[in-house]
Formats: sequence, C-alpha cells, structure tokens
Amino acid sequence: MIELLSEMFSYTFLVRAVIVGFLVSICASLLGVSLVLKRYSMIGDGLSHVGFGSLAIASALNLAPLAVSIPVVVGAAFILLRISENSKIKGDASIALMSTSAMAIGVLVISMTSGLTMDVCNYMFGSILAMSESDVYLSVVLSIIVLILFIVFYNKIFAVTFDENFSRATGVQAGVYNMLIALLTAVTIVLGMRMMGALLISSLIIFPSLTSMRLCKTFKSVIICSSFVSVICFFIGIIISYLYAAPTGATIVGVNIIVFCAFSIAATIKRRRILPQRRIL
Amino acid sequence: MISFNGASFAYDDNIVLNAINFDIEEGAYLSIVGENGSGKSTLIKGLLGLQKPIKGKITISETVKIDDIGYMPQTNAVQKDFPASVYEVVLSGRLNKLGIRPFYSKKDKENALSNMEFLNILDIKNSCFRELSGGQQQRALLARALCAAHKLLVLDEPSSGLDPLACDNLYQALKDINLKQKIAIIMVSHDINRAVESADYILHLQNKQLFFGRTADYLKSDIGKFFTIRGNR
Repeated sequence: MIELLSEMFSYTFLVRAVIVGFLVSICASLLGVSLVLKRYSMIGDGLSHVGFGSLAIASALNLAPLAVSIPVVVGAAFILLRISENSKIKGDASIALMSTSAMAIGVLVISMTSGLTMDVCNYMFGSILAMSESDVYLSVVLSIIVLILFIVFYNKIFAVTFDENFSRATGVQAGVYNMLIALLTAVTIVLGMRMMGALLISSLIIFPSLTSMRLCKTFKSVIICSSFVSVICFFIGIIISYLYAAPTGATIVGVNIIVFCAFSIAATIKRRRILPQRRIL
Repeated sequence: MISFNGASFAYDDNIVLNAINFDIEEGAYLSIVGENGSGKSTLIKGLLGLQKPIKGKITISETVKIDDIGYMPQTNAVQKDFPASVYEVVLSGRLNKLGIRPFYSKKDKENALSNMEFLNILDIKNSCFRELSGGQQQRALLARALCAAHKLLVLDEPSSGLDPLACDNLYQALKDINLKQKIAIIMVSHDINRAVESADYILHLQNKQLFFGRTADYLKSDIGKFFTIRGNR
C-alpha cells in the first residue's frame, strides 16, 4: 500500500490532482448539504454545463480556461438564482433551459473551431492530466477561500437553509446568503470540473450529503460526515483509477454510489432494530 | 406600536386585502381570524415586510426594531426531511443578534436553553427535528421565535395539525409569553373559539376588514355572534 502511494506520488501530475481534488471534494460536500436541502441540487448540474460552454469558448479563443470560466459561471449562478426567485419560469425549468443552451453553444463553438479533440473530451469526462501548475495554485487559493467563507457564515447558511422566511422576517439578509451559496458553488464547480468532467461534477455536490443524511441526525454531523465521505471516496476513487487506468471522474462517482448504498442499507437496518423495541413499549 | 393605514395588498392585480385600518399598543394580544383565502397570511407578510402594500402604509413605531420581532411561520416542505437537532433549530433564532459576528456567544446559547426550558422541550434538545411529533415541532419553532422576539411575536396558524391537548398547551404557552414576558402577540388562527378565549383584540378579515376591536365587543357584534356560534356547532 505504502509502495503504491509513493509510486503514485512520484508523478507530479498526480500530486497536483490529489491536492486539488482533496480541496474541491471538501468544498463540494459542504455546499452540497445546503443545496440538496434547499432543493437546488440541479443548480450544480446546470452550472457545470455553463462551465463546459465557457471552457469551449476559452479554448477556441486561446484564453486561460479557469480565468474565463470562473466569472462566466459565477454570473450564471447569479442569474439562475434571480430567475428562480422572481420570474414565472420555475427553478428547475430555468436551470434546464440555461444548461442545455450553454452546452449547445459550447458544442457549436467547438465544431466551428478545433472539432472534437482530446481537450474537449477531457472537459466533458474529466482528466487528471488537465491541471497545469498555475491552475493548481489558483485552485488551492480559491478553495481555501471557499472553505473559510463557509465556516465563517456557517450559522447563517444553516438558518437560511432551514427557513428562509423566518430569516427574512427577523431582519437577516437572506438574499445575500443565497447569493453567497451560489457564488461558492460556482467557484467549486469550475475548479472541480477539469478533473471530474462537466457531466460528473455535480455528483461531488449531491452524493456525499445525501449519503450522510441517511444516518446523521443533526446539521453539524451531516456537514462533518459528508466532508469525510467525500474525501475518502475521492482517495479510494483516485487509487482505483490509477491501478486499473480507469477514468478518474467516473471511478470516484462509482465509489460514491457504493458508499451511498452502504449507508442506505445501514439506515434501514438501524430503523428495523429500533422499531420492534418501540412496539414493545 | 403597529398601525395599518388603508393598506391594500394584491398578487398580479388581484386584490387580496383591501384598505386595512387598525392599530395596536405594546403588549397587546391580537388574533386575526377569517376563512381560508381571506388574506390572513398576506397581512402577516405585509407586517413583516415580506410583501409590499400596493397602497396605504404600515407603520411600526421606532421603539420596535426588526430584530425585536419573532416570527413563527407555517412549517414548510423543506423542514419535513431536514436533518437538524432541536437545539440547532432553536439557536438559529438568535441569528439576528449576531450581526457580523460569525459564531454564537455563551449568552446566545443560554438564551436558547432558557427558552427551551420555558416551553418544556429541554429533554428533547438533541432529538432530530424531523422525527418529532407535530406538537413538539411547533414548540421548537415557538422557542426559536422567542429567541428572536423581544417586543413582538408573530405566528401564522401555529395550531394547525395539532391534537386538542397539544393545542391547549400551545395556547397556554402563548398566554404565558404575553403576560409574563410582556411580548405582544399577533396570531393568525382559524380556530375562532380558541382565538376569542385568549386574545385581547380580534381582527376579522374577508379580503377586507370585517371587524377590528376588543374581543368583548367582537362577541357582542353581529359578525362575532354569527361566526363564534357557527364555530361552536
């Protein structure tokens, strides 16, 4: 095992991937709890498609991919929130509208310029080779900022997630915190997209929180458990993908599926054990 | 403390409340009654600034700041499967005292605990909110509202879905809050008889104001007689 790890970490690209993946997994799992509970799970998916579109445009124009995608996806996150709050197109429909449009624009731009190259394939399905050194620095800095902001605003995020109307009525700027959640999500998605791929990144957001909600009963324990689940799944996934040369993103999602099933079974067993006792009482 | 001057509310040009006029003093206990769709919840939203009136105005005296108001909304769909302990929920009522501080202080936590003690839910402090009975959930939400309230507590149908015993306990708790802590209460209720028993003032709505005044006068009025007798049957 130790031999395997030291062999893996002798490759610079793998070290980069592990550092960025570790941080992005934590960020995604923390934000995921709030997004899933607010019924915003699809926002992650929608934003990753927007991210794909903007990466395609950036590579067509020979611009730095992260520097272009982050502002575009953040902008899209703001628009999505605004639309789902105000207009008559409901949240899920507006997300579907936006994600398919962005995907279509991305595909059009690609077909007009380079064609379906390896690069484009990487954007869709992810690649651990995609990280350059400057990408790593940017990713580390941004994901640490996301983590700090999440911890600082933890209590506010809890209150706004649990009951937005109560927060508004008692004078809390719920809109600002919704924006904050969207902003952090957007940044996390762009950072994780290169490795996980546009089509799979939203699983990092949804799976760990759903998994830990099977067993955990308090918000704090759900948050802590889901960040552990996320990081552990990520490591197991990346080791398996190294050993069997499997695609990284898909392997990580595969591990997440198995852990989710395990937690679900554990929850069912736990409930079965408690129920007969209650009947006796 | 609060006065409505000809306030009207509408959704998409459909007027749901027309020309509401009333005012209440500090420490009052007002019940808002009326049938479904009569605009009760809209009035509450207007009072809390969640919905703007299309004409007229709502004045809240300067002694009452927005962080003196506690609110107990109807439970929403999100809360039905929300993983949170009772303590976490109650403590979140102190959020408006945080300002720019990121974490709760000892004082916030003590206040949350004392409100839980007042409402007899200290023993279920660590229980999961979604696994509680309806009555316990309402108590937890009331404790949260109390954490935020100093001068005014606004409740939207707090007794809906409760069995009669839990309902009695809730109304008793509200009466205690009103008398002992000198907090004004504005409550929407469709249980007209209980509303009449406990409130000082009654506001009867039917997309407009049918009655506003002291409870005793309401019982003597034609509309009060009509609705309370019908409710008894």
